[in-house]
Amino acid sequence: MLRYALLRLLGAIPTLLLVIVLAFLMVHAAPGGPFDDERVLPPEIEANIAQAYQLDQPLPKQFFNYMSGLLRGDMGPSYRYRDHTVSELIGNAFPVSLKLGAMAMLLAVVVGVGTGTLAALRKDSLLDRLVMTLAMTGISIPVFVIAPVLVLLFAVKLQWLPAGWSGSEGAARFLLPAISLALPQIAYIARLTRASMIDVLSSDFVRTARAQGLGTQAIVRFHALKPAMLPVLSYMGPAIAAILTGSVVVEEIFGIPGLGQFFVRGALNRDYTLVLGIVVFYATLVILLNLVVDILYGVIDPRIRQR
Amino acid sequence: MSAVGRTWRRVRQNRVIVISGGLLTAVVFIAVIGPMVSPNDYLQTDFGNILQSPSFAGMHLFGTDDLGRDLFVRTLLGVQVTIIVALVASAVSLVIGVLYGAVAGFAGGRVDAIMMRFVDTLYALPFIFFVILLMVAFERNFFLIFVAIGAVNWLDMARIVRGQTLSLREREFVQAAQLTGVSFARIILRHIAPNLIGMVVVYVTLTIPQAILVESFLSFLGLGIQEPQTSLGALIDAGVNQMEGALWMLLIPATLLALILLCFNFIGDALRDVFDSRRSR
Repeated sequence: MLRYALLRLLGAIPTLLLVIVLAFLMVHAAPGGPFDDERVLPPEIEANIAQAYQLDQPLPKQFFNYMSGLLRGDMGPSYRYRDHTVSELIGNAFPVSLKLGAMAMLLAVVVGVGTGTLAALRKDSLLDRLVMTLAMTGISIPVFVIAPVLVLLFAVKLQWLPAGWSGSEGAARFLLPAISLALPQIAYIARLTRASMIDVLSSDFVRTARAQGLGTQAIVRFHALKPAMLPVLSYMGPAIAAILTGSVVVEEIFGIPGLGQFFVRGALNRDYTLVLGIVVFYATLVILLNLVVDILYGVIDPRIRQR
Repeated sequence: MSAVGRTWRRVRQNRVIVISGGLLTAVVFIAVIGPMVSPNDYLQTDFGNILQSPSFAGMHLFGTDDLGRDLFVRTLLGVQVTIIVALVASAVSLVIGVLYGAVAGFAGGRVDAIMMRFVDTLYALPFIFFVILLMVAFERNFFLIFVAIGAVNWLDMARIVRGQTLSLREREFVQAAQLTGVSFARIILRHIAPNLIGMVVVYVTLTIPQAILVESFLSFLGLGIQEPQTSLGALIDAGVNQMEGALWMLLIPATLLALILLCFNFIGDALRDVFDSRRSR
């Protein structure tokens, strides 16, 4: 098992390198410099700035510098937030985003698997059709539509939950953002669970269990749930990416000072180092989490490991 | 009856496809005709009439925004932009995906393994961030949005096409072509590609809503379509800012976007059942 995990970890390194090179090249292929402004600077000053940020060196050298900085956890200075390094900004903002993302993920898996299983057990019933139609709607409606509608309903009209980040405390301020983030994933996971649960429930070992007089609850819990979870588990990778993407919008709408908000600000302000740093950070995160999912997959399904 | 005729009949008999298709056609029709018929212009500001709720007075059927611009015309133009971006982006992803998948599937062996491993690698990445990176690095122009979104969405297509090609490769007519010395490129273009059309049509209908999502996501963040041009994502963004006073500014574009996405998803799902008999059984 350990060998399998280590092999996968090694396999992730080229991917990571590819990502960093791609992102780095994209940023540096940009026409014009990061400090281009409406105000035209004298050439001496421009040269000074370029030197201060090491932009005057050849590209391979710049890349080497960036990489060696990365390995030490240093992503360079932010071009717009002059007093901060990119690593500082990410370090401050990430915990908030992590909390939000984890909450959304938990919600998505628990509610999605629950409703999906329920729909599968009552296949073709009214409940099943209702759940599936709702799920299709949930998949189709983007987060940036769901979030404002939820705010309108629960914060402005009913006033049950806080609408924004500032001026509220505790878990309550995470609730609406996490729900908006989770809804499309709930819908997707419910559909996946339903399909695979129906498959598993019609397999021979479930029929045997039934013939032995086991109740539906026991069958689902002890026999069907684990194999039915495999497609859901392999969806976890895309789900993580989707939640990261969604968090950008959700943080913007609710005014949450997380990584997503910095990313958008950075993108709008052309803060190259910050945007590059966040992309590299996100990509690393996603690759590592995918790795965890892969390894978990191997734990649950021994057939995978043997290949 | 011919195979095409039979498929067409099954498509027509599918209630989901007919209803969703009809709704979509109606939306597109109104989006094209509306701006021509309306007396208003999408650029004209009217500071005496800001944030008007929908009414027939002045033909502001969807009200006006915070600059007094007519939202009926703006929303319909937004629908046009959204759909055009989605169609072109899907075409880009179609070309890349079909070619990539067909080459990988037809070449087989090690080439196939390497090419698909590359796709798997890209799959794991949060691609939208690279699109945003592109938008930051280069000017935010229309063309780049197409390319960027197309470049994101070709992965699924490549996988599906590759699978189909792998099985097509073993069929007699392809082997006959190979034996008679037809070139690699010509076999892919003339013998493989035409046989992929059914599957490709299905997945394009599923790619379009994804492209719409990406475009509106970018525009919502202010990184996509730039003012004074507009798209549904940009309109929703404006709507969120005026949510408490002018609810229609949010609800109308949001509903339209959801409706369009829902229709495309329903059609794609239903088409998949029609074409792929294995799944429908």
